[in-house]
Amino acid sequence: MIVSAQTVLQLTVILPLLSVAGLIMASRRPNLREAISIITGVILFSLVVMLYQGMMDGDVLRVHWFDVIPGLGFNFHIEPLGVLFALIASFLWIITTFYAIGYMRKNGESNQTRFYSCFAIAISAVMGIAFAADLFTLFIFYEVLTLSTYPLVTHSGTEAAKKGGRIYLGILLTTSIAFLLFAVIATWFVAGTLDFTSGGVFNGQANPLVLSVLLVLFVFGVGKAAIMPFHRWLPSAMVAPTPVSALLHAVAVVKAGVFSIMKICLYIFGLDLLPLLSSTQFLLYLAGFTVLMASLIAMRQDSLKARLAYSTISQLSYIIIGALLATASGVLGGSMHIAMHAFGKITLFFCAGAIYVSLGKTRISDMQGIGWQMPVTMAAFFIASLSIIGVPPGGGTWSKWFLVMGSLEAGQWFLIVALMISSLLNIAYLLPIPFRAFFPNDQTDMVRGSMKEAPLPALIAIIVTTLFCLILFVYPQPLYDLAQAILNTAEASHG
Amino acid sequence: MLNHLPILQVIVPLLAAPICLFLQKPKIVWLFACVATALTFLISVLLLQQVNVSGTLVYELGGWEAPWGIEYRIDDLNALLLLIISSISAVVMWAGHISLSKELNADRHLYFYVLYLLSLAGMLGIVATGDAFNVFVFLEVSSLSAYALIALGRDRRALWASYKYLIMGTIGATFILIGIGLMYQMTGTLNMHDLATRLPEVSQTRTVFVSFAFIVVGVCLKLALFPLHLWLPNAYAFAPSLVTALLAATSTKVAIYLLIRFTFSIYGLSFSFTTLPLNVLFLVLGVLGVFVASVAAIYKRNTKRLFAYSSVAQVGYMIIGFSVGTAAGLSASLIHIFNHALMKGAIFLALGAVVYRVGSVNLSQINGLGREMPYTMAAIVIGGLSLIGVPLTVGFISKWYLIVALLENGWWPVALLVLLGSLLAVIYVWKVVESAYFKPADSDREPVKEAPLGFLIPVWVLVIANVYFGLDTRLSVGVAQAAAAGLFGVTP
Repeated sequence: MIVSAQTVLQLTVILPLLSVAGLIMASRRPNLREAISIITGVILFSLVVMLYQGMMDGDVLRVHWFDVIPGLGFNFHIEPLGVLFALIASFLWIITTFYAIGYMRKNGESNQTRFYSCFAIAISAVMGIAFAADLFTLFIFYEVLTLSTYPLVTHSGTEAAKKGGRIYLGILLTTSIAFLLFAVIATWFVAGTLDFTSGGVFNGQANPLVLSVLLVLFVFGVGKAAIMPFHRWLPSAMVAPTPVSALLHAVAVVKAGVFSIMKICLYIFGLDLLPLLSSTQFLLYLAGFTVLMASLIAMRQDSLKARLAYSTISQLSYIIIGALLATASGVLGGSMHIAMHAFGKITLFFCAGAIYVSLGKTRISDMQGIGWQMPVTMAAFFIASLSIIGVPPGGGTWSKWFLVMGSLEAGQWFLIVALMISSLLNIAYLLPIPFRAFFPNDQTDMVRGSMKEAPLPALIAIIVTTLFCLILFVYPQPLYDLAQAILNTAEASHG
Repeated sequence: MLNHLPILQVIVPLLAAPICLFLQKPKIVWLFACVATALTFLISVLLLQQVNVSGTLVYELGGWEAPWGIEYRIDDLNALLLLIISSISAVVMWAGHISLSKELNADRHLYFYVLYLLSLAGMLGIVATGDAFNVFVFLEVSSLSAYALIALGRDRRALWASYKYLIMGTIGATFILIGIGLMYQMTGTLNMHDLATRLPEVSQTRTVFVSFAFIVVGVCLKLALFPLHLWLPNAYAFAPSLVTALLAATSTKVAIYLLIRFTFSIYGLSFSFTTLPLNVLFLVLGVLGVFVASVAAIYKRNTKRLFAYSSVAQVGYMIIGFSVGTAAGLSASLIHIFNHALMKGAIFLALGAVVYRVGSVNLSQINGLGREMPYTMAAIVIGGLSLIGVPLTVGFISKWYLIVALLENGWWPVALLVLLGSLLAVIYVWKVVESAYFKPADSDREPVKEAPLGFLIPVWVLVIANVYFGLDTRLSVGVAQAAAAGLFGVTP
């Protein structure tokens, strides 16, 4: 290796930031600017792959920058869960950039340099979150992610964007400052450390009641995980251009949320402690409730992006359930679902954007009979829906399998029922869309004639992510190994 | 030379003020004032270094031994405050000439510089001196010049604001004087160090209680503690922009210094917090101040007034830290004093740039400025984020230490309230952000250009300081903790 692994780890955070300078300098030359974005994305992804390989070979890495407060500063490490998240986010950044080129140009959006710059900062924040070695670092990058995505959400600058941005920032900042920061400081105070440690940091000396309260504060404080009643920001954020919704609100931002919760459950509380806390059960019920409720609300949405947003809220709580169950299968299912849902949901958002760019349609009721105009897009929508629902040949099958197994292991019958009903609801609100596109209620709605697919870069992006939905079903082994590694790390303290 | 630093700290601006009168030409006076304030800043840096190396510095004025003569006593606390005051005033002065060219008639520039330097000298004197009566003298020097500075504002309401401040400020100063007089009556000394050793003997007398009450109320008037804050919003809103930047960043801090000095060093912790339930009182007033002033800020249409109310709220945080009554709480207060000077200095100076171009800082006039003055507005946004307490800014550091201090004391409901209070800051800061970036410019406002570089540089120096000291806290936290430890009699 030419550069040391330590450098690689730091570059993942710094490189996207450096690219911002390039983006701004190239602001008058769109081709060069987009080339910089893509090249940065490719380099970033290869760096993360290098880290992945190093980790699988058993490397242990830890980088310390400097202390902000004595004993607390910027610390990064590699650990399977973070690597998984970084792999997904950096890979999908490349794909999304391709997609964004097609989308933003066809739509004639303004302020594209600002758009790509904020995007790059957000990715840098995501890398910071993924590789954070302690809660302090994680919290800092978590807030950076919130603020850097605000200009993206309000990109159009319209009244609706302002309102959406207000709710977005309002909920994310409120929860993170009032609950998360409080919980972080309280953890620092109780445990004396914020380092992510296998088996947790509390060592059994803390008052269980205090810990129960802390757990609730953490789960509510990570507003990005969109557990009810702190989910409203996600539908509001859908005013953003579709590439933003796709990457940030199907992958980076929301996954940063559930990732943080998993990280906190696994490495702050630990798998042994979680089931003993009285609030765990309450939170599990709340997550189960969110799964069902969000699915029900999704059924009633006519705007495609809003429906997908509520579907995301529901799916995020799957992962929260996986983390809170604290059983082997729960952890496996939760971490695999981070990947499965990412690929499925980003495809769905890509399709929604493609329909908007090509046909100008955002309402589901208008999408009857568009199947032959956009056959590739609608076929992709169908496959990705299957993955979200969790039936073959979609990759989501595996993660749902483990999540149900985990609920069985823990004897959580309510959750099993919730997961099952939710799957049925998924079918009811996702499948009619591609179905009616090809077979409209009223045959006269069928639009014949020439194809009007999205611009080629966008179409390529859709095809790639759809293929991944399928590949992850046929060949889930690498993902499973990674999930297993997460479980092993979390259980390391068992000795 | 180095031995005379404590007195030079005060003498340089004090002498520079009359010299201005000889220079007459506005531009030359400005350059001279820049040099004088820069020199003052340099002296404060040297002082801090000396204190770090050799501990508390004692300087006897004219060689007369204390308690007969006046003594200047510089420990970590004084050095920190001197650094804050002199640095902000030096940076604000850079923008002086450009800003005044729009806000004052050319024939009045001279007065501004003279008064500015006098006010600065007064504040530095309050902090540097170790003599209680000397405190009062410098308090009057700084206050009288501050009243006049505020009255220089273009808006005629500035006169009324200045008058109100004059009344309230004079009451405050008189109270302090009465308090000092009563102490003198009981102990026969005015030297702070001496007072601290003699007061315990007579601490159970009514006179001492009364003197303490007068001093605390007087100081609280000066530091605009809720509900004694009513003079502040108007004074800040109508004063010339530079005056607002200077006063907001420094003058209330000086008053808080006095409060700390009197309660901790002179009367002593056990008298202030055990004999009297002062901490409960301050805690309640601090929390109330945070909420009442933050809510009031939300409804203000004039951004200078909006941030003025925010200043009252921030004073609340400092007082909450103070009321904890532990070294951790006190250092949280001191850290916030340092950090808040940076935030408000940056914000009010940037608002000065807005005044320079637009002529007004009403929210409706700020509409659309995000596009027209991107660097100025970005500065306000970063300053605002710092006010909210977002990580990577100084505000976060303040909040962190304050909450840790509260938790250590078991006051977790207060910690929660502090965090909720900072959410109110989100609302009022975002009102400004949304005006600047989402509303189209008013049709009756002429399009404007970005502020000149001479204005942007000082603004961004402060903005960068907001971020830098949010990452590297060795200076702010280190000195604040040393100062707090010193006051609690623990050697750091």
